[in-house]
Amino acid sequence: MNKTILKSDHFTFQYGNKVAIEDISLNINLKKITSIIGPSGCGKSTYLRSFNRMNELIGNVSHSGNIFFHNEDIYDSNIDVVDLRTKIGMVFQKPNPFPKSIKENILYGPKLHGEKNKSTLSDIVEYYLKKVYLWDEVKDKLNESAFSISGGQQQRLCIARALAVHPEVLLMDEPCSALDPIATLRIEDLMRELSSEVTIMIVTHNMQQAARISDFTAFFNTDESRIGRLIEFGLTKDIFTNPKKQDTTNYITGRFG
Amino acid sequence: MSTFRHKLIENSIYGLLYFCFALIILFLVIISFYIFKNSAGTLSLSFIFEYPRNGMTEGGIFPIIIGTCFVTIISAIFAIPIGISGAIYLNEYAKKSFFTNIIRLSIRNLAAVPSIVYGLFGLAIFVKTLNLGTCVLSAGLTLGLLTLPTIITASEEALKNVPAAYREGALALGLTKWQVLRTNVIPVAVPGIITGIILSISRALGETAPILFTGAAFYIPHLSLNVLDQFMALPYHLYIMSTQHHDISGVRGIAYSTAAILILITLILNIIASTIRYRYRNAFK
Repeated sequence: MNKTILKSDHFTFQYGNKVAIEDISLNINLKKITSIIGPSGCGKSTYLRSFNRMNELIGNVSHSGNIFFHNEDIYDSNIDVVDLRTKIGMVFQKPNPFPKSIKENILYGPKLHGEKNKSTLSDIVEYYLKKVYLWDEVKDKLNESAFSISGGQQQRLCIARALAVHPEVLLMDEPCSALDPIATLRIEDLMRELSSEVTIMIVTHNMQQAARISDFTAFFNTDESRIGRLIEFGLTKDIFTNPKKQDTTNYITGRFG
Repeated sequence: MSTFRHKLIENSIYGLLYFCFALIILFLVIISFYIFKNSAGTLSLSFIFEYPRNGMTEGGIFPIIIGTCFVTIISAIFAIPIGISGAIYLNEYAKKSFFTNIIRLSIRNLAAVPSIVYGLFGLAIFVKTLNLGTCVLSAGLTLGLLTLPTIITASEEALKNVPAAYREGALALGLTKWQVLRTNVIPVAVPGIITGIILSISRALGETAPILFTGAAFYIPHLSLNVLDQFMALPYHLYIMSTQHHDISGVRGIAYSTAAILILITLILNIIASTIRYRYRNAFK
């Protein structure tokens, strides 16, 4: 029996008057990889960014329904959003290393969260760079700019940076869309490894990727009113081999999207 | 035929732009040449380090240079922290509303207010109302007010140009807004902010009108080292030497040399600004 870590319950989100996603109920299982697939504009990213409340940075947004993290409503006024984002980390579409050295990118979170001990800090750098299989590639240039490494390496650095603050969940918003196929495969391998420790939610345009890596898949689509809805959710192998809805079949067989 | 026309248009545009560019350079060269030519014979190291003598007909302009530096430093101490803080508030914390847009527009407009208006304002507020009298402090505060709009506008632009990915990436790590600003936004904006500061200061340095009623003196026989003293300043000294002195034709050389020093100080400040910008820009590329 899988344990639920995140649960959205009739969750609706809108930008101003425009409803982006409506009535989405979904359980995310602990230490599993859940992919969210669907055509452009179906609200996948909006949904993903609802889990760490990144959407509200834009302003003029509203929601109804709930998202529960360990049975706590993350939109409750008692919730410290800064604390929430420490526990629910995020990796973005484009690798976004900070304009600092490779080392300082990893240490950025831990240092600001209060870690001061020099040897602990240097252990952290090594541990997380090894974790994302970047150590051997960059161990001789830890003090060089994070922009000096390749896009795939930058994205792995960003994953390491996110992991270094010990998140329980990692939200990944099309993390490979800016990368070449080899770099993509390395990130996928890494995600499989990480799923023994963290829960991963990934938005992807790449159906093969969803099929390869995820345990569960959620398929989103839009209706005529351009509102994103959850069409079907289930075990990845069921969604891809035996979808229940016609829309899902059409999408995964490439008839649209 | 049409190739010929395209080429003709291309070449005419190029020619026109080149001409305008050459014109700018030409004026710059003529002005500099004229000033430095006329300061020949007067301009020397001792001119920089000596006091004026003999009713300012001989000697150097050391206390005047010091006066200008002093008042500029006072204005910077006042304007830089307030200007940067204002920009951070406007760009990062203020809600986007009609009201904040009006404020932003007003700040932009303040940059275009004639400097004599700042001078009179400084006289009314600092000299009279706050009763500071005519002194370095009053003049420095007035110059500070003059530089504020430019500092705020430049800093706001610099903050706006920090990629959203830096903010999002840092916020997603579970940091507070201020932590993100302090460590990942403001440092990235520093080159733009510094450039704005130095450009506005080098403009303030050459202003006469704002210090005219607020602290600049015709002649003081000693260095002004107290903020409540009156002081001599380069632009005002230049004005005196060109129009108010009893022997204008006799002090021409001093006037031109003063202008040359003013230009040199501005040039040095601009070189510093470019160097800082260049250093920061290349720090992590």
